[in-house]
Amino acid sequence: MERTWNNKAWFMVLPVLLLVAFSAIIPLMTVVNYSVQDTFGNNDFFWAGSEWFDEILHSDRFWEAMGRNLVFSAIILIIEIPLGIFIALNMPKKGWGVPVCLVLMALPLLIPWNVVGTIWQVFGRVDIGLLGYSLRALGFNYNYVNDPFDAWITVIVMDVWHWTSLVVLLCYAGLVSIPDAYYQAAKIDGASRWAIFRYIQLPKMNRVLLIAVLLRFMDSFMIYTEPFVVTGGGPGNTTTFLSIDLVKLAIGEFNLGEAAAMSIVYFLIIMLLSWVFYTVMTAYDAEQ
Amino acid sequence: MNLTWMAWTLPTAVFFITILALLCGMAIWEYVSPGGNPRVGVLRFETTRGDRLFLSLLGSAFIHLAWLGLVGPNLWWALALSVVYAIGVFRYV
Repeated sequence: MERTWNNKAWFMVLPVLLLVAFSAIIPLMTVVNYSVQDTFGNNDFFWAGSEWFDEILHSDRFWEAMGRNLVFSAIILIIEIPLGIFIALNMPKKGWGVPVCLVLMALPLLIPWNVVGTIWQVFGRVDIGLLGYSLRALGFNYNYVNDPFDAWITVIVMDVWHWTSLVVLLCYAGLVSIPDAYYQAAKIDGASRWAIFRYIQLPKMNRVLLIAVLLRFMDSFMIYTEPFVVTGGGPGNTTTFLSIDLVKLAIGEFNLGEAAAMSIVYFLIIMLLSWVFYTVMTAYDAEQ
Repeated sequence: MNLTWMAWTLPTAVFFITILALLCGMAIWEYVSPGGNPRVGVLRFETTRGDRLFLSLLGSAFIHLAWLGLVGPNLWWALALSVVYAIGVFRYV
């Protein structure tokens, strides 16, 4: 059959293209321009070539922040994806409980990042915070200001509290779209709870899970505000993730060239990892 | 329009013009031969020629970074290696 090609549809995406050009492409071009130059202000730039990239690639500070970021993203995905699926599976599918659960799940997502950071910063304080004070009263030597382990736990729990709801809502949307006929057929076949999950629910959630994994990976890999407000990257540099280090470099030290080079390397790594996630999951989907 | 804040240089302008030329070339290729030429190559999943361009550009960026980090600042060899890599991607992926 002869396919019809209607290129007029491209005009419909033109506004989005313009918006993306101004919000992403032009700033990205500027960052590329900065990455090969040095500046001391006043819009005066001096050619530096690949010097900043060389410096970044041989910088322990960069690789340590990268390592912390990768570990953080891995922990976040390991906790939030199974937990999100578990909560979505146990949410009511009918009745008054549905809107109640949906509103409760949406609440953490409505709170701005800096407010979440402030809430947890106060919550975790050992002198006035409910969490910190209670843990101390129970005999735990908890102090996120001094102890790197406690700081990591606080940042991870905060992220789980803030973002697991997103995974829950996406999985729930996938689950409610499964027709009842599938469950009835499984019941007739005497399928176990695990078999229903493995062969009906999980394949039907595949696409939304792909979106959830991608969103949570990219968000956690770019995390800035929450750990910055709670720990400020400390104690020492133990919770200094790439974005925090980048801001320190660009604004704190006014090292725009090196910060631009770091941004580009950071961007390329996010692109590569997102492509790998996307490809693996869509290839798996096609196989199914 | 004053664009000094964008800090343009000749090499970066050439870089972006090359990317734009590649995208225009891909658009013309698509016009001449529509459908994106999907096929399953060595990676064992379907790719279109747009995917192959993306892989070539992303891979080239990492080849340049790896060359800079492991060998040295003479990036002409990295560019030559990237061209060979891109030809390989378009031929076999």
